[in-house]
Amino acid sequence: MTQFLSLAVGGLFLGAIYALVALGFVTIFRATGVINFAQGSVLLVGAYLIGRLHDPIGFWPAVLVAIAAAALISLLVDALLIRRVRAADLGTLAILTLGVDILLSTEMTREIGTDVIGVGAPWGADVVELAGIRVPASRVIAGAVALVLVAALAAAVKLTDWGVAMRSAAEDGETAGLMGIRLNRVAAGAWALAGVLAAIGGLFLASFPAAGVTPGLGLVALAAIPAVVLGGFDSPGGAVVGGLIIGVVSVLCAGYQDELSFLGRGIGTVAPYVVMLLVLLVRPSGLFGTRELTRV
Amino acid sequence: MSRAPRAAVAVGVVVVVAALPLYLESFWLQTALFSMGAIVAAIGLTLLVGIAGQLSLAHAFFVAVGAYGYAFLAGTEAAGEDGPAGLGLPPLLALVGAVALAGVAGALFSPISGRVRGIYLGLASLGLVFLGQHVLQNATSVTGGYEGVAVEPFGLAGFGFSDSDPDLTIFDVPYGRLERLWYLGAVLVALAVWYGRNLVRSRPGRALATVRDGEIAAAVHGIDVVRYKAAAFTVSSMYAGLGGVLTALAFGRIVPESFGFLLSIDFLVMVVIGGAGSVGGAAAGAVFVTALPLVLNHYSGSLPLLAEPGGGGIGASEASRFVYGAAIVAVLLFARDGLSGLVRRSQSREVKESLI
Repeated sequence: MTQFLSLAVGGLFLGAIYALVALGFVTIFRATGVINFAQGSVLLVGAYLIGRLHDPIGFWPAVLVAIAAAALISLLVDALLIRRVRAADLGTLAILTLGVDILLSTEMTREIGTDVIGVGAPWGADVVELAGIRVPASRVIAGAVALVLVAALAAAVKLTDWGVAMRSAAEDGETAGLMGIRLNRVAAGAWALAGVLAAIGGLFLASFPAAGVTPGLGLVALAAIPAVVLGGFDSPGGAVVGGLIIGVVSVLCAGYQDELSFLGRGIGTVAPYVVMLLVLLVRPSGLFGTRELTRV
Repeated sequence: MSRAPRAAVAVGVVVVVAALPLYLESFWLQTALFSMGAIVAAIGLTLLVGIAGQLSLAHAFFVAVGAYGYAFLAGTEAAGEDGPAGLGLPPLLALVGAVALAGVAGALFSPISGRVRGIYLGLASLGLVFLGQHVLQNATSVTGGYEGVAVEPFGLAGFGFSDSDPDLTIFDVPYGRLERLWYLGAVLVALAVWYGRNLVRSRPGRALATVRDGEIAAAVHGIDVVRYKAAAFTVSSMYAGLGGVLTALAFGRIVPESFGFLLSIDFLVMVVIGGAGSVGGAAAGAVFVTALPLVLNHYSGSLPLLAEPGGGGIGASEASRFVYGAAIVAVLLFARDGLSGLVRRSQSREVKESLI
């Protein structure tokens, strides 16, 4: 039972990180209708910068630089590329971001090579223990940060002018444009925000118990895609719930690997995708997604 | 073009294709074989993406089903050093079986591929690639795990597509495995192109294009949208399976790593560069994406700016990824319909000029 509980709790914390990355996907999708495959490599850039800079300029400044850089890259992708073909269909836009992803991740693979770069976080490899449940400190902090960010974001979307603009752009871009909402500005904000979330997610995904930043981190971040699909693509709440589900499922599968050995080794990494496929069988638009209704 | 010159061109192409193995060295033959496998599979994806308007990131999975399916069906019955035991079927039967297997795998996905649309299908199919990798790594009794499995050479009516059995020398050129496979590949590519073109222009092809342009309009015209979408996915998986068989034969030994997420992306790149929906474009894109890293690697010693493998600087595989990453972005920004669109536009310009 203790094992189950600590795995479940560990899974929730991992899920919180996925939720952050997933929120980035959803934010971009709601504001601009783009499924951004470059999110994984933006995350990788963020984590890489923290890994390289924490020694010369200190950990916190490095985090700030990484967040700013990730936001800037994300913003530039929108401003330089996506904006020019805004009217294109979803598939085209998604493949365009795949192209960006190939460029960024190739450059990152070249920079990092076979190295494993530590992020030098002050919480190091500490482990927090409460009532027999042991969780890495980095994961607890990640959970807290995610909670604060998600709450802040929800409040911002609900209460601020930016949030209203964002929601109306998501609801009906054309009408919002006619009402004087600057769609380009809303889009830029959403992309930058997604970059920020990616960099923070990257920091925690590369922290203990992970060894550090490797080129594979971009692929790890792909596990946020099942979370997004699970939640329904246009639902921020769904992204958070989806992230948590994915986190718990993958940690449980990895933890009970021996009992699940008939499913093969490394079932933890594929479990998110299996869950996604199962959910899609029952609900093609995800758990919380808007069902597409069509009228003639 | 009138009928007679067109026939002459066709004959010329056949003669050139038939004669090329006499001249090409083994590197080029190997590269061509990989390209041929990619062409067949890419045609399948371009039909799905361009004609049916569905996106799939699972293409590598179905290629793997074809490749491993062939290796298993044709493999020798006794497990040996070369890998796990197979069923020992005749190669041609194994080829057909592998393609059918990929088709069945595609059809099994139809509850999702029939209902989920466009990019959402792309995301859902992402799951298959990772699931496939997992199975390939773990089902060691069939796939040999990460060590992979040796692929039984192809053979037809006692003629082996291997280095011997029987020995063959034409115009003093010894015909080995690669030279013989070249002809098999050329025939399969020709069949794939022919079938693909016909499909696009046929009744089902037009029905699919209608589904792509508007599902409701299609349904109103009496097209069973769900069935057509599922069927498109199945046909595309069978293409992938055939491409997989060819790729497996070209490799001689297959390992799970070759069929991962990156391969799926490569296929999308081929289709986009060629212009989605164009069979010829997909073929061109497939050759470009497949051959570029191999060629750059081959000449990395003599090309400026490129480092030898393992050295610092930009390696051949990285350089080619940069090139085709940039190619995607450029194509989507400036020439949405890809290479085939560029060709078509220049042709129509010629026509206009000739009218003037």
